[in-house]
Amino acid sequence: MAESTLKIGTGEAIKENRLGLKATDYQGGKSTLCAACGHDAVSNQIVRAFFEMSVKAEKVAKFSGIGCSSKTPAYFLQRSHGFNSVHGRMPAVATGAMLANHSLKAIGVSGDGDTASIGLGQFMHLVRRNIPIIYIIENNGVYGLTKGQFSATADEGSKLKTGVINDMPPMDLCALAVQLGCGFVARGFAGDPKQMVNILKAAIAHDGTCVIDVISPCVTFNNHEGSTKGYTYSKEHQELLHQIGFVPEYEEITVDYEPGTVREVTMHDGSTILLKKLEEDYDPSVPIEALQRLHRAADAGQMLTGIVHLRPEKKNFLSLLNIVDEPLATLPLERVRPPKEKLEKIMRDLM
Amino acid sequence: MSGTLIAAEVAEAVDRETEPIVNDLTIHVATVNGSGSQSSNNVLMRSIFQMGVPVSGKNMFPSNIAGLPTWFTIRANKDGWIGRKKEVDLMVCMNAQTAREDVEALPSGALCIYDAPLNCKTIRNDILFFEVPFAKLAADLSEDSKLRKLLTNMVYVGIVAELLGIDRGELLTALDKQFKGKQKAINANVAAIDKGIGYAKENLPSQNRWRVERMNATEGKIIIDGNAAAAIGSIFGGVTVVTWYPITPSSSLCESIIEYAKQTRIDEDGRATFAVVQAEDELAAVGMVLGAGWAGARSMTSTAGPGISLMAEFVGLGYFAELPGVIWDIQRVGPSTGLPTRTAQGDVNQVAYLSHGDTQHIVLIPSSVAECFDFAIEALDLAEEFQTPVFVLSDLDLGMNNWMSDPFEYPTKPIKRGKVLTAEKLTELEGKWGRYDDVDGDGIPWRTLPGTDHPFASYFTRGSGHDTQARYSERPQDYKDTVDRLAKKYETAKLFVPKPVVDIRDGAKIGFLAYGTTTWALEESRDQLRRERGVETSYFRLRALPFTEELNDFIATHDRVYIVEQNRDGQMADMIRLHVGEDQRKLRKILHYTGLPCDARTITDAVLKMESTVELPEPLLLVRADAKLTAGTVPLNSNAAPQREVRAED
Repeated sequence: MAESTLKIGTGEAIKENRLGLKATDYQGGKSTLCAACGHDAVSNQIVRAFFEMSVKAEKVAKFSGIGCSSKTPAYFLQRSHGFNSVHGRMPAVATGAMLANHSLKAIGVSGDGDTASIGLGQFMHLVRRNIPIIYIIENNGVYGLTKGQFSATADEGSKLKTGVINDMPPMDLCALAVQLGCGFVARGFAGDPKQMVNILKAAIAHDGTCVIDVISPCVTFNNHEGSTKGYTYSKEHQELLHQIGFVPEYEEITVDYEPGTVREVTMHDGSTILLKKLEEDYDPSVPIEALQRLHRAADAGQMLTGIVHLRPEKKNFLSLLNIVDEPLATLPLERVRPPKEKLEKIMRDLM
Repeated sequence: MSGTLIAAEVAEAVDRETEPIVNDLTIHVATVNGSGSQSSNNVLMRSIFQMGVPVSGKNMFPSNIAGLPTWFTIRANKDGWIGRKKEVDLMVCMNAQTAREDVEALPSGALCIYDAPLNCKTIRNDILFFEVPFAKLAADLSEDSKLRKLLTNMVYVGIVAELLGIDRGELLTALDKQFKGKQKAINANVAAIDKGIGYAKENLPSQNRWRVERMNATEGKIIIDGNAAAAIGSIFGGVTVVTWYPITPSSSLCESIIEYAKQTRIDEDGRATFAVVQAEDELAAVGMVLGAGWAGARSMTSTAGPGISLMAEFVGLGYFAELPGVIWDIQRVGPSTGLPTRTAQGDVNQVAYLSHGDTQHIVLIPSSVAECFDFAIEALDLAEEFQTPVFVLSDLDLGMNNWMSDPFEYPTKPIKRGKVLTAEKLTELEGKWGRYDDVDGDGIPWRTLPGTDHPFASYFTRGSGHDTQARYSERPQDYKDTVDRLAKKYETAKLFVPKPVVDIRDGAKIGFLAYGTTTWALEESRDQLRRERGVETSYFRLRALPFTEELNDFIATHDRVYIVEQNRDGQMADMIRLHVGEDQRKLRKILHYTGLPCDARTITDAVLKMESTVELPEPLLLVRADAKLTAGTVPLNSNAAPQREVRAED
């Protein structure tokens, strides 16, 4: 199998970012999830991506719903405000917070139960509105915190520890997001941290909803013989859509590649995503191609990873509302209370 | 014409007996939903208002867009009693579906204008009928059949005006206001009104039973519905994030915010200092409110009972994680879909304790449009000061009907933002603070807003157990400390919520207690008791939860306290019973729950009924009231001693 990432620059890890902060400044509390849980691997890459992108953590807001995945915002970015909300309703809370303060950078972590079942309606409306948030679904096909029931993303034929076989088709959250007009749709794998961090960096650069469906194995309830979302099965079935490279706006593109083999996509903040074609040239800006490719992969039993769909130019909800540049939350009294004459005029009109 | 003959006879009989009743009548207009009668009724109501006569307009409409029966009641009253009055003095029958019922319900001697084909005159012979061939009159008003239908309704405006003595000039002024200066529409409607006036002059007998005459009791007053008043209040209260999901009877609140905010909250560069979002459901609406409140916005939503039910889980989070937000409940008749277009006060218990676990909420209860305005501001302040969801309990009668009021006063106090630590303050504190630490002893901790530029500003908000530092905790003591502090915070709120309005009369043994729109009927009932029976009563108008100390004092100082409310179970009365302990034996319930607003006569009759019972065996009496009272003794359950109950029937 090909490498999932494009090698850019020297590849050496930085010790200090452009804000003068260390990676430890981006860490969170100690995880209480099971050892080797896929979710912790995702948290690690979130720490790395925000650190390497020099995002000011104080300007980040973390959101989650309920479930194992939704505990994780406590395990990264301790300098960011976090909000562990109610089951399936993180989209509403995040939307409200972003309305109050659109200068925040929002990241949300949900699970397949939280998003694909109880929260499906809110998820769809978040995507439809294009609320600027990195929305990660840590997808393991089971309800972990209630001890291993199937979720709506469980594959047909996959087997629970108890021997129960799932006979319903899985919900493909990436395909759903494409259908709803999402401008950034990706699928990652907790067992492929290099690809994951590039997807996350690209998402940080995107100004709109980023749906990232991460296959994140549940080592306790769905990592056995017959699981289709365990580590071994996922590794064997991972199919790369392309190799991903990410170049922030403050760096030059130094990667060498043959002309015509790599797509360059310029993001909202000026950074560049490089997508190197593998077997075929794939245009991630065309929704119908994304849907076709996702369906083909599903039919072939493959776990397709990469940036499936990308349209950085889409306007987000907050810009459509035409609100003032400053956060609404902290506007002073004189800007939120109209003058006396305005009330008097309204009263006169009612006389 | 035989109809005219009967009318003339009745009119003569009536005129012989009585002097005209001036500026005290109820006009009831029955039409078909969707026929555009709203404009006609507004013009009629405004004209009376412009003549200086206190007036109110109540729309009794179906849950339907077109085709079902609808009624509009205009009450004009020189003494300012503008609550509902059951008895109709002038009926306008335009709807074949209800004409018979409408006429049969009239008190003897009432006036009735009806559309000729309905032939109402054959129904009764003790009513003064005015037969009008509306279709014929409207025929030459327009070629367009749709427009003709609308203009037909304006014809009755002319007829009513002519019969009652409403000034034509005032009708024209009201028309101009209604159609906002659109000349073509105004001209067509003036023609229709004149058609009505002309027909009445030439073909109908005059009547001298009821008259509308100029007086001077409405100068400087406004007419507005409670939802628009709440919207204006919210805007001047500095609301920044508004979310909503359409539901009758609350939709017009947020729609009014959109309308008024566009006029008042757009910066010089054309950008908005507010955001309004139509959510996908009420769960999302309240989730957005709490998310916005968490991030520092003054946020609110508006809904009705079914929406409140859906919000239950989130409101518990708001209470436990301490998130500000304002929720307006424009009550309608439940349970379930109930009567979506009728009024009630049936959500009292639900909002007081909404959600699972131990929860209790601050609830403000406006009675008037002016209080809708004031409490809109107050609620936003309280939500931020107490970092908790705050409810405002209005109802359909207040929210959607037209009320006369003094103009709203511009707020003089600055808005209150509550305890928020800034980056500078955190530096002073050397980063040492606890999100849920009760440092001031009032149960209200300090918070920081996301985005605060300080490495120690952040904390983790969750609905799960937490300690004073907002860390996850399942320790028994941490949980108990948290909920005990929340109870303390609620205690503190007693000092800050709107005080009751208490009117204690010397020597009064009877006290009344009511809240919300019931007050309009109640004040009038007190007047009836005073004038008709010489009974002085005291009155406690409750305006908020939690209960304040004044409540206990009021009940202690009266022999009997009648709690009047518009629900079946006496929800507030039961909460008060639990609150006052021993004194609960003094409490009695008067309950009106037909979907129509409570009226004064119902209360007066109920009180007299219960006062006439000599020794009362049971501490708590119940009167379930409606249009007419019929007496009976009904044991509530076989195990208990029989409780006297007076149940009303239509």
